[in-house]
Amino acid sequence: MTPDIAALLAIDGVANGAVYALVAIGLVLIFTVTRVIFVPFGDIAALAALTLAAYEDRRTPGTPALLATLALLAAAAEIITLRRQPRKILRTLLTTLALPLAIAAIGWAVGRWAAAGHDLPAPIRIALTLLLVLPVAPLLDRLVFRPVADASILLLMVLAVALHFALVGLLLLTFGPEGIRTAPMTEALLQLGDITIPGQTALIVAATILFSALLYAFGRTRTGRALQAVAVNRTGARIVGIRPGRAGTTAYLIGSLLAGLSGILIAPVNTVFYDTGFLLGLLAFVGAIIGGLSSYPVTVLGALLVGLLGSFASFYSSAYKEVLVFALLIPVLLWRSVSATHSEEDIEE
Amino acid sequence: MTRWTAAAAAVAVLAATPAHADITVGFVTSLSGPASSLGVLYGRGINAAYEYRAEVAGEKIVLIQLDDGSDPATATRNARKLIQENHVDIIIGTSSATSTIAMAAVAAELHVPLIAISPISNPAVPEGERRWTAAVPQTPQLMLRAITDRMARDHVATIGYIGFSDAWGDLVHTGAKAAEDRKEITLTANERYARTDNSVTGQVLKLVATRPEGVLDGGSGAQAALPLLALAERGYKGRLYGTPAMVNTDFIRIGGKAANGIEISAGPVSVADQLPDGHYAKEISLAFRAAYQKVHGAPSTDGFSAYSFDAWLIMTDAARRALATAKPGTPEFHTALTDAIFTTKELPGTEGIYTFTPASSYGVDDRSLVIARLVDGRWIYTP
Repeated sequence: MTPDIAALLAIDGVANGAVYALVAIGLVLIFTVTRVIFVPFGDIAALAALTLAAYEDRRTPGTPALLATLALLAAAAEIITLRRQPRKILRTLLTTLALPLAIAAIGWAVGRWAAAGHDLPAPIRIALTLLLVLPVAPLLDRLVFRPVADASILLLMVLAVALHFALVGLLLLTFGPEGIRTAPMTEALLQLGDITIPGQTALIVAATILFSALLYAFGRTRTGRALQAVAVNRTGARIVGIRPGRAGTTAYLIGSLLAGLSGILIAPVNTVFYDTGFLLGLLAFVGAIIGGLSSYPVTVLGALLVGLLGSFASFYSSAYKEVLVFALLIPVLLWRSVSATHSEEDIEE
Repeated sequence: MTRWTAAAAAVAVLAATPAHADITVGFVTSLSGPASSLGVLYGRGINAAYEYRAEVAGEKIVLIQLDDGSDPATATRNARKLIQENHVDIIIGTSSATSTIAMAAVAAELHVPLIAISPISNPAVPEGERRWTAAVPQTPQLMLRAITDRMARDHVATIGYIGFSDAWGDLVHTGAKAAEDRKEITLTANERYARTDNSVTGQVLKLVATRPEGVLDGGSGAQAALPLLALAERGYKGRLYGTPAMVNTDFIRIGGKAANGIEISAGPVSVADQLPDGHYAKEISLAFRAAYQKVHGAPSTDGFSAYSFDAWLIMTDAARRALATAKPGTPEFHTALTDAIFTTKELPGTEGIYTFTPASSYGVDDRSLVIARLVDGRWIYTP
């Protein structure tokens, strides 16, 4: 291996690792606040990529219809739980039904407008895609996880796996089996000494750094602290007046944003299929496990390690690339189980 | 029995039986699940075939279609249901090799012929038993032989291989390896990637470092474009080779300029309009395209729907001969139909010219593949 090959592999690895980092941060955030290992995370990323591609192709994506269906189902669930408190129903319907329906309507209308032959500028396409994807995870949470929020981690995970399969089926139904690839966001090439860095790679890394910083800042705000409180101790947080349900919704909202973002970032560099999301989520999950599903900085480092390892493994022994990356879990889990101290809450599980 | 007495007997039988026994055909494909990407195309092919020919020798054909959800267990259940409840005379299916093999076992057990439209391994037939499964597609060996012969003809001596890390990637590599064993080419690299991979930078860097004169792409569908894009990014200027798995509009769309010039082996139907007059596949392929256009309102652009169409041709050709000896819906007809399939001689189809013998489920030879080159988004016949 020559130094320039090593540099190229490293750039590729960091770019992949940055995407995994975005997903892994979302996974850790959702897990700490709601105790759900959100397996369908990657599917939401795929949803974003497929939606963006549809707008680029001047087609109306199935996403608004999907969103409207989810909103109606979630609203029905709200009405059933709150049937004895009619005054509360009206207020919740505003957020679970009216808001997502409005977003879906915008998405649909813009899609029709684009289908009529108008060109959408790239920033609008991206913003619209993010907007459409944003309510998906909170609605899924309301529909699937909220009714059993206090169940064991295992039950929640089994539900998440089932939800993943349901979502993959829905994606196949709405977008079909064909893969998509969106237009590159930038054709620029950055020259760093002898090494050329593709603009898209720089964009991915920049986006990851920016959103990590934003999340860090968010952690200092009132809402951010409430989320941390729920993550540390649900019962304690409830006693001091923090609603774990609302904190969960916020976590899912941020998760949705990160998933949408990662989907949009990988769409120009790789063909995205309806079932691409699972592996993306799984590789990010390895990064999250390195961070013990709790530490954000270690998670980001873990995700970068997964990206770099994958990149170098694909050079040395491409047939065993996946094996090598997932084998990383064994020493990490060994080390964690030896070094970790068990809290009382773990024993309760 | 001489041909004349056979014909006379056929006339006698036809005259004796009233012509209202319909032939029932069961068709299984994956309209949902991961194999639906191909399954939908197979389904479109059978619809075009039904449009092309809906009766044999005055007998109407009844077509029953079932979805197997990409699941071998469902495919098996479908095969049983078709035979035992719908009393079909023949089954055509399905879009994944595993499911097709499962269906072949049912067909052999219940003594009903099956025409496989996926490449399956030749089912073993116990001594003294009949072979009940015929297969339409070209074998992977034939596909690879055609393209490695082209490499040898053009004196491209060193080939780098990059393909899927699955059974298909292995099949393509085995084919290339066979050419190496015949001392026609030298393989410089064997790199693999998964369909869901984000990048193949590592693999391509290693591939390019071995300085091959040509690269063989063992991917399939849209994702076969991934290594080509990475090769173009690295400025690779050598020749590109592929397989029929690239006859796919998404491959062309996503591959764009990077895929330009790739040479693949493919069924003649992919370049039907450019075939020389008198080529066995020209007339029938154009008829297939016309029927497809009529049913689906769009031109056929894949290589898979044509396999269903050819299965239909083989079935109707055999049924015409089997009708002479037995009546549809009876066990005798199933046997006669199977025997008729395995005596098919030089039947021109869209993907090959079929001659079946009881020795093998496959009935195609090297005439079933032509070389096509991708030029500006269009496959060009390159003899």
